[in-house]
Amino acid sequence: MHVLKFSRKSLGIPYALFLILFVALPLLVLFYYAFTNGQGQFTTKNFTGFFTDPNTLGTLCYSFAIALVTTIVCLLIAYPTAYILAVSKLRQKHVLILLLIMPMWINFSLRITALKEILTLIEGNLAYYPFLNAVVGMTYDFLPFMILPIYNTISRLDGSLIEAAKDLGANDTSAFLKVTLPLSVPGIVSGISMVFLPAMTNYVVLDMLYNSTYIMGSLIGSYFSAYNWHGGSMIALILLAIIIAFTILTRGMEESDNRGVGGALL
Amino acid sequence: MKKYGKALFIILVLVFLYAPILILMLYSFTNATNIGAMRGFSMHNYVTLFTTPELRDMIIGTIILALSSAVLATILGTLGAIGSFYSSRKASTFINSLNEVPVINADVVTGFSICILLVVVLGVSKDTYIPLVIGHVALCAPFVYLSVIPKLKQMDSSIYEAALDLGATPAKALQSIVIPQISSGIVSGFALAITLSLDDYFIATYTKPATFDTISTYVVNATKGSQTTIKTALWALSTVIFLVVIVIVAAANFRTIRMERKARADA
Repeated sequence: MHVLKFSRKSLGIPYALFLILFVALPLLVLFYYAFTNGQGQFTTKNFTGFFTDPNTLGTLCYSFAIALVTTIVCLLIAYPTAYILAVSKLRQKHVLILLLIMPMWINFSLRITALKEILTLIEGNLAYYPFLNAVVGMTYDFLPFMILPIYNTISRLDGSLIEAAKDLGANDTSAFLKVTLPLSVPGIVSGISMVFLPAMTNYVVLDMLYNSTYIMGSLIGSYFSAYNWHGGSMIALILLAIIIAFTILTRGMEESDNRGVGGALL
Repeated sequence: MKKYGKALFIILVLVFLYAPILILMLYSFTNATNIGAMRGFSMHNYVTLFTTPELRDMIIGTIILALSSAVLATILGTLGAIGSFYSSRKASTFINSLNEVPVINADVVTGFSICILLVVVLGVSKDTYIPLVIGHVALCAPFVYLSVIPKLKQMDSSIYEAALDLGATPAKALQSIVIPQISSGIVSGFALAITLSLDDYFIATYTKPATFDTISTYVVNATKGSQTTIKTALWALSTVIFLVVIVIVAAANFRTIRMERKARADA
């Protein structure tokens, strides 16, 4: 009798099928919907419409502006934080790092609610500073995702390199600028990729802080509410193109084991 | 002086991250309806939180969804990782690249595309919870896969061969040799899957039944409305979640520290 031979390879089949059906196929369908109209006919109207309408182009620019400013603010806070802790000889520094990372595990909508209450108290009315609030909200949400990869990269640096630089006559500042900073680029890039893209799409943060200006994510949300699958698919496709371009740009510089970073401490 | 500057900087960052949550926690124990106006001590927010059916259902629903999608994601992702690890280079590159897609993709796009395929094209009703669970598994499984693969690479493959030489069937060897060696990756993948599912807003929004809410979708809708009792009851929910996270993080960390000490003592 022929016995079905157990093979370790075949264990991967269910997951491979799952990925094909629910990861690859949805993107193909997205592509189809983006380039067809309600009657199923081929059209490039969704595509040209996006790039000729001042409103949607404005949305694209506003998303970039929010994402860019958020990323810079996060970097300016996260780098010194990560650096100070990574080089510190404090015995309890892992507790501090844990405290800085812990907000990742608290539901983001509840954290933004808390922030909203405080901002309302400080500003009186959130409507006065929509852009500032959006950046503060995004920074509050994403800061831990910038701190962790930079901290990981700096704390793994070979300390003897810095000693060597100092032995060769570099002072603290130039040792930092010429050794530590260039070597921490992979962590910085990981952090940027974990902040920039979500900041372009996470429109709920804006919604909750009463900023009614659209970012790219909000466009998908509004097409979804209007049952306009074709328009929504085109926006999703454009976002996907931006994400792919961004990933190709950063992938080479990134430290691969920083991906899936949220679970790194558990 | 410089040292104090550094300490001050870290303290300011911690204040930024924690002041909102801590102030909200403080106010959750009062009968105030707004932050700023100090009122008397009251537990009514906690009473509302645990007795309002709507809130209770939403919390229980979120937990059930997180557990079930994390279990499915862990099984699929772990088996996928083992399968891909032992497959030909071509097959494993294929799985690796598809696995990357949900990791780098925006959740809005993932959620919307799954909604289009399942709900719009295939006509699956959202009320079956199938689109929601599939969406969450698609979000979580890739991270389980990424947690397990490094453990497989670190594994000592000769033990598996030895088990086969000693007469174990491949299935038995896998179960008692491979799985224990990658268990830490499976556990952290599972934990990550739970946190991803609990934190998700976008995939749930695009795939959930209209009558079902997760904590995220509920909170986002609640902040748009102005129902004060619900709003302040959510402060109590934040407090509870914050305390649960602290306990879990402390326990997980305590365990790692103890294991490290033990490892050092053994060495």
